[in-house]
Amino acid sequence: RALGSGAMGGSASLIPRDALGEYQELTFLSKQEILVAYKRFSELLPKEERENACSTRVPKSHILTLPELRANPFQHRICHVFSTSETGDDSMSFEDFLDMLSVFSDSATSDIKAHYAFCIFDFDDDGTLDRKDLEQLVNCLTGQGEESQLSSVEMEQLIKNILEESDIDKDGTINLSEFQLVVSRSPDFARYGGLQG
Amino acid sequence: EDKEEDESKEEDYGSQQNRASRRKNYQRKNRDGKKAGEEESRKKDRGKSAPSKYQKESGNKEKKTTKKGKERENKQKKDRKNSTSSASSNSSDEESLSEEEMAMLMEQVEQKKKLISTMRNKPWRMVKKLSVLREAQAFVEKFEGALGKGKGKKLFAYKMMMAKKWVKFKRDFENFKTQCIPWEMKIKEVESHFGSSVASYFIFLRWMYGVNLVLFGLIFGLVIIPEVLMGMPYGSMPRKTVPRDEQETAMDFSVLWDFEGYIKYSALFYGYYNNQRTIGWLKYRLPMAYFMVGISVFGYSLMVVIRSMARNANESTGDGDDDNFIFSWKMFTSWDYLIGNPETADNKFASITTSFKESIVDEQESNKDENIHLRRFLRVLANVLIICCLCGSGYLIYFVVKRSQTFSKMQNAGWYERNEVEIVMSLLGMFCPPLFETIAALENYHPRIGLKWQLGRIFALFLGNLYTFLLALMDDVNEKLAEEDVVKNITHWTLLAHHNLSVGNDSTITPPPLDPADVPRGPCWETTVGIEFVRLTVSDILVTYITILVGDFIRACFVRFVNYCWCWDLEAGFPSYAEFDISGNVLGLVFNQGMIWMGSFYAPGLVGINVLRLLTSMYFQCWAVMSSNVPHERVFKASKSNNFYMGLLLLILFLSLLPVAYTIMSLPPSFDCGPFSGKKRMYDVIQETIELDFPLFVAKIFSYVANPGLIIPAILLMVLAIYYLNAVSEAYQRANAELKKKMQMQREEEKNKRNNKASTNPMLQDLEDLLTPSTKTESPPKEAEDKKIESPNRTSPVRKPGRGAVPDGSPMAGGRGASLTPPSQVFVTQPLPLGVRAPYPGQPRPWGHPAGPVPGRGRGQPRH
Repeated sequence: RALGSGAMGGSASLIPRDALGEYQELTFLSKQEILVAYKRFSELLPKEERENACSTRVPKSHILTLPELRANPFQHRICHVFSTSETGDDSMSFEDFLDMLSVFSDSATSDIKAHYAFCIFDFDDDGTLDRKDLEQLVNCLTGQGEESQLSSVEMEQLIKNILEESDIDKDGTINLSEFQLVVSRSPDFARYGGLQG
Repeated sequence: EDKEEDESKEEDYGSQQNRASRRKNYQRKNRDGKKAGEEESRKKDRGKSAPSKYQKESGNKEKKTTKKGKERENKQKKDRKNSTSSASSNSSDEESLSEEEMAMLMEQVEQKKKLISTMRNKPWRMVKKLSVLREAQAFVEKFEGALGKGKGKKLFAYKMMMAKKWVKFKRDFENFKTQCIPWEMKIKEVESHFGSSVASYFIFLRWMYGVNLVLFGLIFGLVIIPEVLMGMPYGSMPRKTVPRDEQETAMDFSVLWDFEGYIKYSALFYGYYNNQRTIGWLKYRLPMAYFMVGISVFGYSLMVVIRSMARNANESTGDGDDDNFIFSWKMFTSWDYLIGNPETADNKFASITTSFKESIVDEQESNKDENIHLRRFLRVLANVLIICCLCGSGYLIYFVVKRSQTFSKMQNAGWYERNEVEIVMSLLGMFCPPLFETIAALENYHPRIGLKWQLGRIFALFLGNLYTFLLALMDDVNEKLAEEDVVKNITHWTLLAHHNLSVGNDSTITPPPLDPADVPRGPCWETTVGIEFVRLTVSDILVTYITILVGDFIRACFVRFVNYCWCWDLEAGFPSYAEFDISGNVLGLVFNQGMIWMGSFYAPGLVGINVLRLLTSMYFQCWAVMSSNVPHERVFKASKSNNFYMGLLLLILFLSLLPVAYTIMSLPPSFDCGPFSGKKRMYDVIQETIELDFPLFVAKIFSYVANPGLIIPAILLMVLAIYYLNAVSEAYQRANAELKKKMQMQREEEKNKRNNKASTNPMLQDLEDLLTPSTKTESPPKEAEDKKIESPNRTSPVRKPGRGAVPDGSPMAGGRGASLTPPSQVFVTQPLPLGVRAPYPGQPRPWGHPAGPVPGRGRGQPRH
């Protein structure tokens, strides 16, 4: 995860100047961060494709080798949400990659973070968090191990409590605005995902 | 995709609305302008920044609508069509634009600019963002230049260019700034392995380094370097010379290591400085500078600590005591996205699971406590034990310091005797915290509360030790002061005797040819205090580093390599690897800083030592934590504990200010060393400067200001101001709590209503949807509706103020007004639902209707 702002990529000049300016305008990243991101991204590609890294897509399996995502329980969701691939193979272009880094960077606003967090937690992509989504979310958070999984009774209780708190319109699901309301008042959300790559 | 479409539509509507309102407004102005023939005012208007103008004017919009005629409406329609079509159609006749169109164009340009600057906040895909950005930029490029005419044009173009340059410069500066932050990569790496709590220690360390660097610059630049460069050279006077009987050993390492010998008579310590009023060709007032720097070290530190505390407090807007969403927060925000290490991730999984289980259990049986008496007894017992420990350690230190004073009088004291105080203090600091932790196991607190207790106890221990040390030191100083009087007399007599001798011989009137090394001198208690602090700091550094080396690194090596040939599993079993002790390290840092603050007045070189220490410990601890520590078993996120540390720092700063202030104000400085020698009190230097260097009236003013008759009222005034501000903030808090309660009540009612609604008839639901259309999508039809509504009201002026009072006429408020009016048609058929809605006429509905596809929109739309 050596994607801080300190190190500059060696092969930095491959992004055109004006594109670099536009990326700075459109993301929460600084120039150095974009360059480092570019370097990291092109390292994911095979050697012969590195020349035109801006226009190639990196398959999901390569994205997941990033140490930043390796340990993340939401890795598949993150890839899915940020990918613009039409074929649905969750591959990522450089611009998708930048989008992802921008959202996860420290300086991104909590609004946009909440928006994407909602997308990530919405496992079936139907625009609301329903019981199934919540269940899957809990399972993601408690890990794969047998002993750390919650029992079904506990799960039931937990989801009931969550819906009681957050489902303000009582339709059995949590929608985006409810989610944003809940999350915006959390004291921890400011540091939510300071991940930079 | 749907949502994105929505938002872009929204944007368009918004811009249309703005444009329309601006237009109306401008037309009116135009008319007025023609009447009055004031060309100038318009020009001035153009120069103003558009957004603010827009706000102001749209606020008045409602009033102006009354003046509008029919033909305006027609024009408007055309206008809207115009603007939605691509911008190219406007380009051909841009020269012939009328004033109103110009204004409109400018409005659009401003809008686009705003869009560009806020684009990154939109949850769009990069491709879309890029295309919108390019379009907007092209638009701005094209029309920006066309906006000014004649004279104004050049100025306008110039302004635009400067604005662009300024933006670019700001961005470059930001880039530069982020590049200048040191150790970002190192900290990020630690963060990914150990989570944000461990990283917060290193961030704190870095911050501390920055503060110390400033203090170092202050002291070195204004005190040490001037004295070294311009002051009297070494060996020219007694205070700058090693005494004769010490000269043989003054260069030995063992002597230097104790900060005796040459180091004692160097610029690192107070005693070296001369009391000459001005030095060098600059006429630099060194004693004055010394005093002011000593004060400003504290002033700057106070300012920095308080400022960063205030910033932290501002940042944590969401108040943690709001326990409405315990479960949801645990669910949605518990994952620390900074974790990049599988092992840490496993620990995090485990801790999340436990916290879920705990909270479920808490919920189920919140007040069930089977043996409360036993627990109470154990807690009391634990506290008694810990108080015993604290008293014991305090006494031990007092005893040791007393003993060291007798040792120091002995000539041939061994190494242990000379360093006993430091050794004992370091050992106490090393062994007491684990002891406290063991005792705290009796109490069975929740870990988070337990951590606070533990921190508080260690804090008390350190503080007690430090203050006992100071008290003992004070005894020492008093002894030295008595000794000094004797020496003073001796020197006096020596000089007198010599004088008599020279007078008797009638030879010369030259000063005594006594070598500076031979002059009898006082003990110089300030330097003694300074040396004490420097030694304490150095031994603290060594103990910390050795603890890390032995406790972490050697242990890790042992566990790692001996594990191959051992009877049990060392890694999982008894010694295992060490965890990074965040609280202990932070407290160590805080106390170290306290010592620096206390000692820096008497040992200006101490800050330099501290800067070195922080620099090395950054690298050393980073290396140690990465090489030989394991992530915490209970990985907890760093959230608001930052201000807790800052609070400790502030307390320490205050406590270290006390002894320094006491010595400055009430002890006489030594008669033969330091910048204040020969004065009764150290602060006399200020009086002297004022009397000698400032004109007479300043001295007069100063003497008036220093009059107790003025100071006491001033203090009283300040106390009253504090009282008043406190009362005001309390009132705000009460109001806040009141509002919160109100909101909660509203939420409850909302809930109830929703629950009821589910069972009521579909007719009601229809109505509900009509009543609360998503406000944003309603804005364009509002224009038309406004007119409809306003036309009957045109004659009634009573309505106007009420409407004008809507704060700055935001589309939100305007839309609300519009959306509330239509029901007049509905009332006829269904008067009942008014009762349902009535309690909240103006209540925004952030929850019920999201910006996305709303059930009611389908029905709300056809109305326009």
